Amino acid sequence: MSKNINTYTISIYTENNIGLLNRISAIFLKRHINIESLTTSPSEIDNIFRFVIVVSISEQNIKRIIKQIEKQIEVIAAFFHTDKETIYLETALYKVKSKSLFDEKHIQKIIKESQANIVTVSPNYFVIEKTGWRNETEKLYHSLEPYGLLQFVRSGRISVSKEPMNISNILGLNTDK
Amino acid sequence: MNKSDKISGAEAVIRCLIEEDVNLIYGYPGGAIMPIYDELYKFQDKLNHVLTRHEQGATHAAQGYARVSGKVGVVTATSGPGATNLVTGIADAQIDSTPMVCITGQVASHLLGSDAFQETDIIGISTPVTKWNCQITKAVDIPKIIAKAFYIAKSGRPGPVLIDITKDAQFEMMNFKYEKCKSIRSYKPMPDYSLKDINSAVSLINSAKKPLIVWGQGVILGNAENEFKEFIEKTGIPAAWTILGLSALPTEHPLNVGMVGMHGNYGPNVLTNQCDLLIAIGMRFDDRVTGNLETYAKQAKIIHLEIDPAEVNKNVDVDIAVLGNVKKTLPLITKNVTKNSHKDWLSKFQSYYKVEYEKVIKDDIHPSKHGLTMGEVVREINEASNGNAIIVTDVGQHQMVACRYASFKQSKSNVTSGGLGTMGFALPAALGAKMGAPKREVVAIIGDGGYQMTIQELGTIFQTGSAVKIVVLNNEYLGMVRQWQQMFFEKRYASTEMINPDFVAIAKGYYIDAKKVDKRKELKSSVKKMLNSKKPYFLEVKVEKEANVFPMIPSGASVSDVRLE
Ligand SMILES: Cc1ncc(C[n+]2csc(CCOP(=O)(O)OP(=O)(O)O)c2C)c(N)n1
Ligand SMILES: [Mg+2]
Repeated sequence: MSKNINTYTISIYTENNIGLLNRISAIFLKRHINIESLTTSPSEIDNIFRFVIVVSISEQNIKRIIKQIEKQIEVIAAFFHTDKETIYLETALYKVKSKSLFDEKHIQKIIKESQANIVTVSPNYFVIEKTGWRNETEKLYHSLEPYGLLQFVRSGRISVSKEPMNISNILGLNTDK
Repeated sequence: MNKSDKISGAEAVIRCLIEEDVNLIYGYPGGAIMPIYDELYKFQDKLNHVLTRHEQGATHAAQGYARVSGKVGVVTATSGPGATNLVTGIADAQIDSTPMVCITGQVASHLLGSDAFQETDIIGISTPVTKWNCQITKAVDIPKIIAKAFYIAKSGRPGPVLIDITKDAQFEMMNFKYEKCKSIRSYKPMPDYSLKDINSAVSLINSAKKPLIVWGQGVILGNAENEFKEFIEKTGIPAAWTILGLSALPTEHPLNVGMVGMHGNYGPNVLTNQCDLLIAIGMRFDDRVTGNLETYAKQAKIIHLEIDPAEVNKNVDVDIAVLGNVKKTLPLITKNVTKNSHKDWLSKFQSYYKVEYEKVIKDDIHPSKHGLTMGEVVREINEASNGNAIIVTDVGQHQMVACRYASFKQSKSNVTSGGLGTMGFALPAALGAKMGAPKREVVAIIGDGGYQMTIQELGTIFQTGSAVKIVVLNNEYLGMVRQWQQMFFEKRYASTEMINPDFVAIAKGYYIDAKKVDKRKELKSSVKKMLNSKKPYFLEVKVEKEANVFPMIPSGASVSDVRLE
């Protein structure tokens, strides 16, 4: 079904459990859906974890997937949002030969213009960090590529929703103001 | 508690089971679960362990037990191959919502991940087919986790749970204290219904001219048979069943219009596409029920009463969803609907039935042709058991025939593998059913193919002395596959014909009384003789080799294109 494919950010609040990542990814595997990115981290609530998963599927499918995720015993709640409904970022790291930093004036200009930061400089290499949207980190990638990238890595998406998710209400914690 | 009060993790497992009112376990021992078996030995006056002849048999026996008793089936197995042998039964229990707790032994925790002898990642393997699973590496965690396992297995929409316990945790000493699990904060077994949805359902029902009910196992799992009957009797709505809903309403009930789906009855299938309101009760719109979704009940409004929110709008978009246990929600609807009858509409089902009777049923159950039919065997069983037997079926033509023609007077009397269609299910499931309902007659109806997938459980039936009645309908074919080959693959019978062993000799080899019938005139008396026996009994009936099951909705076709020949 190729109708109305959208990018969705899924946010899942869960108990901390060893097998849960497997259980959640199995839901996508079973339906042959590609996970574009997945991050997991502690949430704003003690001992509660948060998964952020990005997928491109139809609205009908995302609704079904959310219910399958919520059906898992240790999932407290799951939400889905379109890009418009979230604030989201990714971080990328670029490892470049130090030689090019000194030889190629242009590189400094690229770093400045793309509002990236130099995290580390050593005699052999230096590391640039850029946080932003996918097109921004990608643009920087293409600008740096000619100078020889030693390594490149990009994080999964992290995201917060514009609307509250009211997770503490669901848990009856009443910490939300 | 002082030091001497400490017990081993293995003993804790047994005590937990006793706390959960378990008195019967099916299983198979091996290295990684030996400490638990040692405790089973000590507690054998409280806990009966039945040694099946294969771990798959243990799971199906536990399923049969659970399905007729409403209790949780319990299975134990060792690590590695013992654990992997459980997978088919677990998957079957998952898709058919059967409450089951499986306990597997695991290599010692310091060996995890080392590819130790009989180490297998059963948590990873079983994750997609369990409602929940968990590995225990410390004895202190045993009571809490087992309590949780039982709570999860039986609450909400039931399902299988697997607990994997490392061998060192079974040996480790601990202070035992048990508390039943009553809630889990991240798990909501019973979704909320809204009165608004109840009221909208009521008004749709009141204004419907041609309503049709399709009910499933939710009615049985919710113990809602009476509430269901009151609902249909007040509204006068014709009601059809899915294969797992079978027996929730007596066969002879005037509003029972038969089975829906691939081999269901003519009327309810065709009229699914003519009704103006479809009321789905505790069922999940499986593709074997709906046929082609693009043409399924498009003209109708649809109400779905369902305990599992994930089933709502999964396959069929519905107009109103009433979430929750139908035992609670149905009476709320019944109370507010106006009393009605739908005589003309009901008579449509009756006229379709007449057509089906003339074209299919008559020759199935009162055949004039030479060879014996599966249908007449089922009719003889009905007559001899007076419709009071629990019928356990395997998978294939005999299953469809048995479910179409078996007659039932009480609920929880049909045990079959529906969602997974697991050949080999029936023999061990019948053993479990007999042990779960010892006062009832249990008749297993099995194909010659599926029978040979778990035939070794004859040993368990013999050893336990369970008076299971086993009927093998022998057509010397993997009949259902052969039927498809005949209809859709121009009779290319690729690997479906079987040269079978002497089934009677095999049964007798297990010291089970056995008989073979191949003549019509011997059938009635042989069925009677089988049912009169107080012991396990095996009856082989040689049936026509190339008979087909009709009606049939070819896969991908619309329910209204059901074929009678
Ligand atoms: C474990 C398993 N393997 C394969 C199948 C596919 N299958 C469905 S029905 C059937 C034939 C069953 O033959 P038999 O048990 O003789 O029953 P019959 O249809 O002849 O009544 C097969 C092979 C299955 N359902 N389960
Ligand atoms: Mg056969």
